[in-house]
This record gives sequence, structure tokens and C-alpha cells, in this order.
Amino acid sequence: MTKSKPWISLSGIGLFAVLLLAVAPLVLTDHWLNNLGKYCCWAIAAVGIGLAWGRGGMLVMGQGVFFALGAYSMAMHLTLETAGDRIPGFMVLYDPLAPLPVFWEPFRSTGFTLLAIVLLPVLLASSLGYALFKRRVKGAYFAILTQALAVALATLISSTIRETGGDTGLSDFKYFFGFVLNDPANKRMVYLIAAALLIVCLFAVWQLYRSRFGELLVATRDAEERVRFLGYDPANVKLVAFVVSALMASIGGAMFVPIVGIITPAEIGAAASILMIAGVAFGGRASLFGPALGAIAVGWGQSSLGSTWPDGWTYILGLLFIVVILFLPNGLSSLPARFTAARRSPDRQPAPAIVAAELEEARP
Amino acid sequence: MTDASLVVTDLHVEFSGFVAVGGVSFDAHPGEVRFLIGPNGAGKTTCIDAITGLTRATGSARLGGKELLGRPVHKIVRLGVGRTFQTASVFDELTVLQNLDIAAGRHRRSASLLRARRGTDGSIEQALEETGLAGEFATPSGILSHGQKQWLEIAMLLVQDAKVLLLDEPVAGMSQDERTATGELLQRIAAKRIVLVVEHDMDFMRRFATRVTVLHQGRVLSQGAVAEVQADPKVQEVYLGTAGAATTAAMSVVPEAAAGTHQRKED
Ligand SMILES: Nc1ncnc2c1ncn2[C@@H]1O[C@H](COP(=O)(O)OP(=O)(O)O)[C@@H](O)[C@H]1O
Ligand SMILES: [Mg+2]
Repeated sequence: MTKSKPWISLSGIGLFAVLLLAVAPLVLTDHWLNNLGKYCCWAIAAVGIGLAWGRGGMLVMGQGVFFALGAYSMAMHLTLETAGDRIPGFMVLYDPLAPLPVFWEPFRSTGFTLLAIVLLPVLLASSLGYALFKRRVKGAYFAILTQALAVALATLISSTIRETGGDTGLSDFKYFFGFVLNDPANKRMVYLIAAALLIVCLFAVWQLYRSRFGELLVATRDAEERVRFLGYDPANVKLVAFVVSALMASIGGAMFVPIVGIITPAEIGAAASILMIAGVAFGGRASLFGPALGAIAVGWGQSSLGSTWPDGWTYILGLLFIVVILFLPNGLSSLPARFTAARRSPDRQPAPAIVAAELEEARP
Repeated sequence: MTDASLVVTDLHVEFSGFVAVGGVSFDAHPGEVRFLIGPNGAGKTTCIDAITGLTRATGSARLGGKELLGRPVHKIVRLGVGRTFQTASVFDELTVLQNLDIAAGRHRRSASLLRARRGTDGSIEQALEETGLAGEFATPSGILSHGQKQWLEIAMLLVQDAKVLLLDEPVAGMSQDERTATGELLQRIAAKRIVLVVEHDMDFMRRFATRVTVLHQGRVLSQGAVAEVQADPKVQEVYLGTAGAATTAAMSVVPEAAAGTHQRKED
């Protein structure tokens, strides 16, 4: 479970950092660098999902909600920054004389916006998690509940077109905290920020996984009752993982906005939330790098195949998902271990470690 | 004497009308290996579930004068009550050392949880020695033998510094040698702690019990020293007249599903 040699994981993170921060800007075109930035945002959310789902056993099907908190906080700030003293353009379209909605006003402030990106997901995840985990809501019920929340938020945003931009979303941002977003150099800087944040998140979960908390989290995932009988409250253990994963989703969402230049309910709803999960399952939910690599792979597939052959891409993704679940329940990152295990003892199956956890989850 | 004792008075547990435990009273003190025996379905496990807060119960269960009933599970644990389950439940994916480390952790500050483990607590080393698991500290506990898992559970209670150890059929499925080793282990650790063993193996009980309470259909049938209980005609009747037959019957019984899952057989 725990790596006996921490430097292997650390140098993995180091290699990842070199590739993302030094190599990628040198070899990729502006267009693809920007795309990679977008995948990094999903990867940041995916790292959080790996923590909550892979290590904590909580199937978080509604991370779009927290992604949205970060994304819309950032988008409101950038919209106001672009509009200057005037009311944002899309609002004027519906009612030229109406004032700015009150909840927009504080997002003029840079400090408030940054604080909101951090505090909103923490507050929502804490109260939601507290209510759910103390009542011992888990497994499928937890998954459905979080998913429903993502659907509800997407619907709310769709239906409040004057306040939030509705289905068309928020877009046409000209500035990012004073930097002109049209400038390729600034775009590159935004990419570097997202990539650096991904590295920071990886480092954070690396430390969490090797800490005593990480061991306790796995223990809670595998035998929650037993943990309770050791004097811990499993609800608190899960709460910490859930809140951290929500924060990461929010950070991913916040960086998504200046990189992609638009945020709509489609990016945060049920389908988007499931796509985030898909990347994590694909890469290997319980491993350190699996979630991030899986998210980047799925993102890349979406922009390369998805743009040339959108219908086919959906089917390919579905098929891939089925194949991974059937043959590689621990994701692609379990391939090397599987390979060596098979070579060492060809007749012995590798220990079905994750199966027990899955059964645990399936139970209400 | 009572300030360190476990005193259960008129314990009562009902499952939607079915009385599983109907007014059970007993006490247990440090220094004795206390046994709770009875045929399958007598309500032994339910008694432990009630004391540890897993099952709602009426009556009273006091530890050193503090009422346990009505508190949440983890609070009862923090008062010093530890238990094992009928089916060994250790954290299979973690090593023996990691299992013990988690058990030792409830005394630690939350902030220290964020650091990786450096070195081993003294209490952990002691428990490893005590239970004979010192050679297995790096083994993933999922691949331990059945007996070793039970010992690991006992070791976890030791590092947890439990004042009360409630052990649900700790020797079920063990070989004769393992049973003897477990019995001797229990006698050693009982010197300073309250040890309550649920069992239906009469032979094991006879060898290691100091005092015994016999349950039958949710009620106390008999109580006292081993010899007294064995001489009790009511007990002989329940156990088909001969203890030997009961032992044979008990040996063939497969442990039920873990108590935590609430999946019980009606028997
Ligand atoms: N959660 C439950 N719901 C309904 N009945 C239960 C439950 N737990 C135990 N029982 C019943 O209570 C009685 C006592 O069970 P138990 O305490 O497990 O017996 P023992 O441990 O002595 O074999 C049995 O008849 C059992 O079927
Ligand atoms: Mg039982």
C-alpha cells in the first residue's frame, strides 16, 4: 500500500513538473498548450476525486458543483473586470436599466474572488459532508445525492439567464487580474499557473497518502465500522478528504475560465461530473498519478477525436470505460504491477484489493 | 472495587418486538478472565453490541461508574471499551504495523495525523511481542492466518489501551495449539484489564475461565465459578446433558458474518 521508497513518487512528481512546466511550453503550439491547460484543470479536479473516491471510497458524482463554484466566482470577476464601470453586456441585453445583482457586487474585488474560490467549496462541502457522513449516508445513496446536486445547480444556472448568463454562460473575458488575455505571453502564464497548481495538488495528496491520515482514510474506506471501534469518528475522516477534494475541484474550475474563455452549465452538470469520474477510473483511482493522467488522456481524446468525430468519441469513451472496469478495475496505472505479478506467478491472480472496497460501497 | 469494573444491570435489547436480551445482569473486574457462554442465538453478541453502542438497549452498563448506554460508539471507545468481532476484521490492505498504528492513534493530536509515521511507538512494540506477531509487522494483514488476525485484533486493543476487552469468539476456527496460546495470552493481559470472552466452546471455557455467566434465550441461566456452573442442572440441560457433546457441537459451528454488517442468521 504505502511506498517504501517515498523518493520514487517524489521524483515522479518532479518529472511531471519538468514535463508540464518546461518541456510542454517549448514543444507545443499555443493552441495545444492552451488545450493542455484545460486538461490540467480537469486533472486538478481529478486528483481530488482520487483522494475522495480512490482512497476514501466516496463516489463523488457531483464534483461539477465545486468546479462551478470556482469557475463562476472567477468568471464573475473577469466579467466585471472586462465590463469596467458598466453593467456586463449580457445583462443589459435583457434589461438595460436593471442594477447589478447584489451577489455580483463583491466579486469586483480581487481578494474576495480568490477567497471565494477557496472558501465557498470548503463551506459547502463541510456542511454537506457533515450532514451526510454523520447520518452515515454512503455508497449509491451518496453518489446519487451528489449527482442530483450537480443537476440542480446546472438547472438553476440555466434558468437564471439574467443573473448568470444561463445556457450561453459567461464568456468574452478580456483581462485576467489586469493581464490582457489576448496576449499569447499572458495565455502562457495562465497555463503555467494551472500546471503549477496541478503539481501542488499532486504534492499535497502525496503527503496526505503517506501520512497517518492517508492510512486512516484507507482503513475507513475498507472497514468503517472497525475504525469507529478504534475510537475515531469515520465521519470526520471522510469529511476532511471530501472537503479537500471539493477545494481542488474549485481550483480547477477557477483556472478553467481564463484558459477556455467560457463557462456554461454544460461544463458543470451531470455529464461533465461523470466525465471527471471517467478520467479517474481510467487512470486508476487509488494511485497517485492515475487520476491526473486519466483526466489528461480523456481531455486529449475529447479535443482530438471528439472534434473530428463527436458521435464516435462518445462510443469510444463508453467502450473504454467498460473495458477498464471489466479488465482493469484499478485503472491503467495498475498495469505495471499486474504485469510483474503475472510474470512472477503466472497462475496467481493479483490480490483483488479494490473488490472489497467496491462491495462495501455497494452496500447501503 | 467497582470504580474499575464493568457492571451491567438489567440489560434489555429488542429487535422489532423480538426480545434478544431480556434483563441480563453481570459484572466483570480486572484480574479475572470473565466468560459469557451460551448456545448459538443466546444473545451473547447482542450483549456486546449493546455495551459498545452498536445496538440500542435499555438498562444500564457502567464502566467505573460512567454510564455507557446512549453514547455514540466512538465515545464509548474513548472511555476505554474495546471489542473484537466474531469475524476477524482487520484492515486487509494495511500492514500489521499500520493496523496497530491506527489503533494507537486516538491519543494523537489531529495535526500529527498529517505527518508520515517515523519509528514505532513503544506500546506497539510491546503489543507485537505480547501477541507473538513481532515477526509479521511488515506483513499485509490480509494474508495473515485466521489465528494471527485474531491476535492482531487483540494487539490493536492493547495499543488502544482499552480498559475493557470484549472478545467475541476469539478462538473460533483456531487449532488446539492456537487456542492454548490465546488462552494464556488472555490470562496475561487480564491481570490489569477487564477481559470478557464470549464463547460457546465449553472446553476452552473450562481451561481458562475464572467466572462464567451462562446465557440462554436472552436471559441469565446460571452464574458463578466454572465448577458451580458446570454442576448446575439447568446448564446441563441446555448443553444436552454433557459438556463433551456441546464442545463437539460448538466446534462445528462456523462463525457468523461480522456483527458490523447486521447480517445475522436466525438460528
Ligand atoms: N440486528 C438484528 N435484528 C434482528 N434480530 C437479531 C439481530 N441481531 C441478533 N438478532 C437475534 O437475536 C438473537 C441473539 O443473537 P446473538 O446475540 O447474535 O446470539 P449469539 O451471539 O449468542 O449467538 C438471535 O435470535 C438473533 O437472530
Ligand atoms: Mg454471536
